[in-house]
Order: sequence, then C-alpha cells, then structure tokens
Amino acid sequence: MRPSWRMRTACGRRAGDTLFDSRLALGNFPSTFEIKRVGSNSVEAFEKLKLLSRATLAFIFKEGVIVAADSRASMGGYISSQSVKKIIEINPYMLGTMAGGAADCQFWHRNLGIKCRLHELANKRRISVTGASKLLSNILYSYRGMGLSVGTMIAGWDEKGPGLYYVDSEGGRLKGTRFSVGSGSPYAYGVLDNGYRFDMTVEEAAELARRAIYHATFRDGASGGVASVYYVGPDGWKKMSGDDVGELHYKYYPVVPTPIEQEMVDAPAA
Amino acid sequence: MARYDRAITVFSPDGHLFQVEYALEAVRKGNAAVGVRGTDVIVLGVEKKSTPKLQDSRSVRKIVSLDTHIALACAGLKADARVLINRARIECQSHRLTVEDPVTVEYITRYIAGLQQKYTQSGGVRPFGLSALIIGFDPYSGAPALYQTDPSGTFSAWKANATGRNSNSMREFLEKNYKETSGQETVKLAIRALLEVVESGGKNIEIAVMTKEQGLRQLEEAEIDAIVAEIEAEKAAAEAAKKAPSKDS
Repeated sequence: MRPSWRMRTACGRRAGDTLFDSRLALGNFPSTFEIKRVGSNSVEAFEKLKLLSRATLAFIFKEGVIVAADSRASMGGYISSQSVKKIIEINPYMLGTMAGGAADCQFWHRNLGIKCRLHELANKRRISVTGASKLLSNILYSYRGMGLSVGTMIAGWDEKGPGLYYVDSEGGRLKGTRFSVGSGSPYAYGVLDNGYRFDMTVEEAAELARRAIYHATFRDGASGGVASVYYVGPDGWKKMSGDDVGELHYKYYPVVPTPIEQEMVDAPAA
Repeated sequence: MARYDRAITVFSPDGHLFQVEYALEAVRKGNAAVGVRGTDVIVLGVEKKSTPKLQDSRSVRKIVSLDTHIALACAGLKADARVLINRARIECQSHRLTVEDPVTVEYITRYIAGLQQKYTQSGGVRPFGLSALIIGFDPYSGAPALYQTDPSGTFSAWKANATGRNSNSMREFLEKNYKETSGQETVKLAIRALLEVVESGGKNIEIAVMTKEQGLRQLEEAEIDAIVAEIEAEKAAAEAAKKAPSKDS
C-alpha cells in the first residue's frame, strides 16, 4: 500500500512540476513553490512512474466557458490508455478537469458534487462556482503534505455569469480567464493565447480549443487520444465534440501532393 | 475536569420540554421587541426600560448588527443574547470566507436556530432564554426578510412580528393594521405597534431601520420623538373626526 501511494505522490509532484512551470509562464507565481516540494524518495519514484499526464485547458469568453482536454494516460513510455475521461461532470452546470492523480481527481470531484448538491438542498439555490472551488480548495488544503495530487480547473455558469478557477492540491486557488494544465500545456497556451478573442462565437471558441489540444498532443508525447471539447453556457454544459487527434491532424494538415523534383528511373540497359 | 453529560432538558410524561417552556416564560418577561418588513426597508423596534441616570445608554444597544446587511433584536436574557450574537457574527464571516459570499438572512437564522436547538439536546446545558428577530436583505435578490427564532430552535419568516412583553397585543395590532408599506410608513407602523404596550416617548423606544444601500441605521431620540408626535397627531385627528359627526347629530 505504502509504495504505490508514494509513487502516486511522485507522479503528483512531477505533474506538479509542469503545473508550476505553466503557472510561472503566467508570470504571477513565486519560485518558492519549487522549494516546497516533498522529499527525495518521491523524485526517485517519479522517474519510474507517471500515472497521468495531460493537456487540459479552459477559457472564458463572451458566451460562456470552453473546457477541453485530451484523453491519454501514460506510464513512462507506455501508453496505458487512450480513452481517459479527463473532464468530470460535477453537476449539470459545472465541470472539473482532471490532472495529477486520476483517483484523487475522480474521488474529490465526486465528493465536491455531493457537497454542491447538499448546499442546494439546504439553501434552495445553486452554489456559485466561487463557492464550489473554495470548498474544494479548503478540503485539499486540509490534506496538504499528505500526498494528494490534484490540479484541476473548475468551470461553470452561475448567477454572476461564467466562472473559472484553478485549484490544486497545494491548496492554491486562482481565478482566471485562461488556464491550461499539463505536460502539453505550453503548446496549448501558444495556440490558445494567439487565437483568443473575448467576443468569439461558440463554434469559433470550440474550434480554438480543439486546435490547441491537437497541437499539444502533436508535440507532447504524453498527450494524445481524443480531444474532447465542452461548452458551459447559461443552461449548463454541453459536449461539443470528441475527435481523435490523429484524424484532426489530417484535417489541419491535409496531405498535399508534393512536386516530384527527382524521379528514380531504371538505368538504361548498358 | 468534571464531565457534564447529564441532560437537563428532558421530556415530561405528556411530551413537554419544560426547560424550553420555562425559557419561553423568560422571553415573555423580557422587553418588547417588534419587527416590520416593508418593501424597501425593514424596521426593528425595542422597548427601552428607563435608563438609570448614571448609566451610559450608548453601551446598552439592544439592536445589533451581525453583518453589514443583517441585524438582530431580541427579547429575553441579554447575556444569552450576547453569546448567540457573537457566534452568529463569527458564522457570518466564516461563510464569507468559505464560499466568498455574504450570508442570506435565512442561512444565519437557520444557524442561530440550530444553535438554540442544540442547547435543548445537549448534556449539562440549558436552553438560551431568548427569542430573536433577525432582519436583513438577501445579498442576491435584494429582497427584505424578517425571521424569528425561539428557545426551542424553530424559526420562520414573517411580514411583521413581535416578541417579549405583551407581544400578543402587539401582534394583534399588527394583524389588524399591517399592509405593504415602504420607507417612513414602515417605521411609523413599527412605532405604532410598540406604542400599544410602551409608554409614549422617544426615551422608551429604540428604533433601527435597515435599507439595502445604507445598512442599519439607529434613529436618534429626537427623530423618534418627532415621529411619535406625528402619530399622536394623526390619532387625535382620527378621534376628532369620529367625534365630529356624532356632535352634529
């Protein structure tokens, strides 16, 4: 029991690395996060195992929130699955993305769904995205240092409009308009930041998200599978598309017949 | 340390919780308090027993705020009230911290009532001897709300209610005279209800008005005197009008 827990810690920490990198890229994080990492046994264990890597992103635009993710899980050089559901439906108007330890994310998102429903029943109104993300972040903070590995984005639509928060197992919680989490996030950020406009239509936004995930899966070996895109609007979330990234490649870069510069011919018989 | 686990509030053979009922007696002996909900204001009024000459009346505030948009007045044991108010204030801030939103009136009333109920079902403690009138504006919808809790831990929403001394006569008056009011009319209705059971005068009444924009505002003695004078004038005019036709006949 202990070793595998430690290994999950490790991949959490490793996943944490890329998380911290992408946050440093945002330019508003102190590098003291690097110093606070857990001890050396996690680093060793990490080398051997990497449970979940990913390219996930979410952004707010005029019409709501777009959430997109790949579906590959890799263990080192071995692709353990091409069909992991990384976007978790907390309730009909809130989504969470999965990053870090798969079990941690799944369990705590489920738990968050329960808490949100209890809040609804007690207070006769839906919980806000702010409140839900705060609940999750407070829980994760209380387990700080015990090896949970969660780097998730909570996206939803509440009375105040679209909401997007990044929550992680260090206990951090950030409000923002554009996030990308995972080993493929630098590539996704490049495409996302380039193509982002606040006043896009839903189709344009979904296409941007799809392209960003595709480019992340193209360059990052640890991301791949199916690019899922969800849209969260005033009536709740809706799955826009789930395309195999291999096929997306040919859609974005269709085969072009190249002009033949030199053609090999049989040597004339001597 | 001695363990306090013996229950004090236990059922009687015919299903009563006598401690809770005795607590309600304590409420009935407390000073009168009234709350009236208008369309854009909510008014709380409390009877002020005559202050001794040497007492600084400003330290005996009977209407307190729990948050910028919630206020409370109560009838009963004032020391118990202090404990409940402090716990409620902490809960208001704790709620702001955990969900980044102000409490709704219903939420904090549910919390206070829950606290009062807990003390009827715990070892070594007695129930709180007070009924609270809680007013506020819903932070989302902006709707005014008035709730009442009692020592048993039940709570409900009211358009207007009274508690404490002679609350029955005040409630009867309110039932006869309540209608949807706003602004100064609501204040007048609250004062008229209080005047049914309290000696007239600004010295014996404490009034606070809550509006959405400005929160809680305690009325000055002079203001209250002015409104009381208005009410008396209206009463006199109404009585004169009643007498006049009979004089003619």
